[in-house]
Amino acid sequence: MQLAVLGGFAMAGLAPLLHQWFGARTPRLMALLPAAIAAWLLGQWPAIAAGEVLRLEWAWVPGLDITLTFLIDGLAWLFALLITGIGALILVYSGEYLRGHRDLPRFLVVITAFMMSMLGLVLADNLVTLFVFWELTSITSYLLIGFNHTDPAARKAALQGLFVTVGGGLALLAGLVMLAGAGDSWSLAELVQRGETLRDHALYTPLLLCLLIGAFTKSAQFPFHFWLPNAMAAPTPVSAYLHSATMVKAGIYLLARLHPALGGTELWVTSLSLVGAVTMATGAFLAIQHTNVKTLLAYSTVMALGTLTLLLGLGTPQALTAFVVFLLAHSLYKGALFMVAGILDHETGTKDVTAMGGLRRAMPRTAVVAGVAALSLAGLPPLLGFVGKEAMLASVLEADAWRPLILLLAFTAAFLTLAVAAIVALRPFFGASRQTPKAPHEAPSAMLAGPALLAVLSLGFGLAPGLLDPLVAVTLAGIGAPGAEVHLALWHGLNLPLVLSLASLALGLLAYRHWDRLRARLERLAPLMARGPEAGYEALMAGMVAVAEWQTRLLQNGHIRNYLAMTLLVLVGLVGHALFFRHAFTLDVALEVYLHEAVVAGLMVAGAVAACVMRSRLAAVAALGVMGFSIALTFVLFSAPDLAITQLLVETLTVILLVLVLFRLPHFATLSTPLERLRDLIVAALTGGLITALMLAVLSGERLPRISDYMIANSQPLGHGHNIVNVILVDFRALDTLGEMFVLALAAIGVYAMLRFHAREHERRRPAPPGERDDG
Amino acid sequence: MEPLIAVAIGTLFAAAVYMMLRRSIVKLVIGLMLLSNAANLLIFATAGMVRGAPPLVPEGLSAPAGAVADPLPQALVLTAIVIAFGVLSFSVVLVRRAWEIVGADDLDKMRDTDS
Repeated sequence: MQLAVLGGFAMAGLAPLLHQWFGARTPRLMALLPAAIAAWLLGQWPAIAAGEVLRLEWAWVPGLDITLTFLIDGLAWLFALLITGIGALILVYSGEYLRGHRDLPRFLVVITAFMMSMLGLVLADNLVTLFVFWELTSITSYLLIGFNHTDPAARKAALQGLFVTVGGGLALLAGLVMLAGAGDSWSLAELVQRGETLRDHALYTPLLLCLLIGAFTKSAQFPFHFWLPNAMAAPTPVSAYLHSATMVKAGIYLLARLHPALGGTELWVTSLSLVGAVTMATGAFLAIQHTNVKTLLAYSTVMALGTLTLLLGLGTPQALTAFVVFLLAHSLYKGALFMVAGILDHETGTKDVTAMGGLRRAMPRTAVVAGVAALSLAGLPPLLGFVGKEAMLASVLEADAWRPLILLLAFTAAFLTLAVAAIVALRPFFGASRQTPKAPHEAPSAMLAGPALLAVLSLGFGLAPGLLDPLVAVTLAGIGAPGAEVHLALWHGLNLPLVLSLASLALGLLAYRHWDRLRARLERLAPLMARGPEAGYEALMAGMVAVAEWQTRLLQNGHIRNYLAMTLLVLVGLVGHALFFRHAFTLDVALEVYLHEAVVAGLMVAGAVAACVMRSRLAAVAALGVMGFSIALTFVLFSAPDLAITQLLVETLTVILLVLVLFRLPHFATLSTPLERLRDLIVAALTGGLITALMLAVLSGERLPRISDYMIANSQPLGHGHNIVNVILVDFRALDTLGEMFVLALAAIGVYAMLRFHAREHERRRPAPPGERDDG
Repeated sequence: MEPLIAVAIGTLFAAAVYMMLRRSIVKLVIGLMLLSNAANLLIFATAGMVRGAPPLVPEGLSAPAGAVADPLPQALVLTAIVIAFGVLSFSVVLVRRAWEIVGADDLDKMRDTDS
């Protein structure tokens, strides 16, 4: 299985090559891989149904306890099957949708990589692996949403989706690290066994909040829902895939996976139920304001995600059953509807439902598929969506906390969704024919096959929901309701959920009839909408850019001396703090000094200070010379004859070089104000003071045994030299000396090159007549 | 001697930093020289300053008779002195060339690559 996923990534990389060989057939060819994985998963069904958990282990970074372990239980199996099954259909579909598109190979690369990331995410057992795949889906979905990169709106939407999900990803990372720390394991399978420890842990609240932010951003929960409809800038197959089986379901998957470990507490129930219910109603309410078929569907996805979160929050066996059914139903009908939307766009050239009408005559088969899928979206019998919605309403009626509010929100969402379903399925296909940008005709069968298959499944499972009982039961075992009795049925008798369904049907149809007027009324709310979470996101981004500009202008101001001053001040602050406050600074040095030594040291200091204050360059060079020769004298006085010789030689050469080269430069001009000089003086004094203090601290401290005893003892026996310093240079540390020679050689080459260049320029210039001479 | 030389080294560092914070590029080079000298002296002095005991092995012996000054910092400083000279000669010639081309000693006037 790991091989299949990694092989999938490899195939993604090979897609352009495959496209060169196989041309337009490539997508169908590439669909074979997810189809094969789906078939393999189906083959594992008997084991999964028996409650077995498949563990496929592969050590990845053994040193860090990171394994590429795949864990296939009922939950992972269901998700993996949806990802690969719908993925294969999407690949076939996109082959038609993007037929002849210039960037088809790029599309295939990214969508295959995305598919494999998603698969890895739902199968991963190790938290680090899970996070890596999680971020991979963020990045690949960024590339997918921004597929039409020439369109600024697509780029903006892609970036928005990336920022929101990756920002949430950071919170998720923090949450996962805390989770691993609290549960003392990186393995999901082990963590779900330690639910009680985790729920009683001191870090429970922060870790849950971090994980929730991660899951809510990914799954577009209120108030992070705004990125999802904007992500409609992607090509339709991408939208279909992102919305039905993947991306946005990642957060839901994570919540479901962690439900046994973290669920059931008051914080969990309250936050998930309320956020879910608000998201539900917001999604449905925003949906009916739009006329773009993709946007409509996108908001209905937000609604569905809210429903799933709400059901996980409620957490009763009944709610969890509803969760699984709703998840499956949504994946089936949303995939189908998006593909239908793509067909409509492809064949009519518009995405605006108000611009379409009477298409059932031109594209009857599409109309049937759309109708079936929309019935499931609306939650009408005999489709799977109905079973899901009934179960949802029934579990909402049993909610412990906030029941009236949640019920109200759920009911609102239900009837508005019904209106959305009617808009999507009835508006384009019935009524009077309208002129569309392209003359409508029936879609090719490769495009219809996918949605038709999904619609048939919606219908089939709806007619015989009992078929799903074992699947729901094993999935429930993964979510934290093992051994629950599951009996799905279409007809539960006349009960309260059914009454609610009928009421929502009536209200929904009413809303559909008056949709145009309703939309006009809602237009007036536009100023209010402009202040939604998206405006907050825009303000946040603008603020971040402003802060970045401000601090860049402050710090990266292009003056090297400012960088230097800042670096030194930080150094003084940090080292000074450590020196004076972290370690007791004691001065324990005896001052034992002869007069001639004090004179030499005084000359040295005087030379250095004079070099700073002299107005003429020659005087400054002379002062530097005084300092250099005083240092040489210090070396003589303190047992370093070799250093003294070298220093004398170098100092002589330096003075000659400076006099020769700097002779023709102008006098120093006064370039700074007294205030600036004072500031620099303070920085300099602080740095100098720190060095003095450091050195005194070093001298006061305990002396470590010196490491040169070996060299002193072996200089003559091994190196056959009497001057130990020389033996060290040419023998014990000969490589250092070699490096030094390289540096000198490089400097010499540089100097030579600069001087030669200079000389040649002079030669060129001299013969030139005055008129042609440039004055650079 | 060490406390006195510590103060002297601190002064040298302060002078070096002050010169490196100037706008004049020649002063920057002077600051660089001060800095390398101060650093050399720091390494030398931190190892302990010993009077009249150079790390030499007398003729006929295989090791020095008594305690001698630590030879390792001396070897390091020796290398550093020579490298500092290489860096200095390079930067001095560079400054000279820059002055010839830009015609100014002011770092703030070297803000773009076209002049």
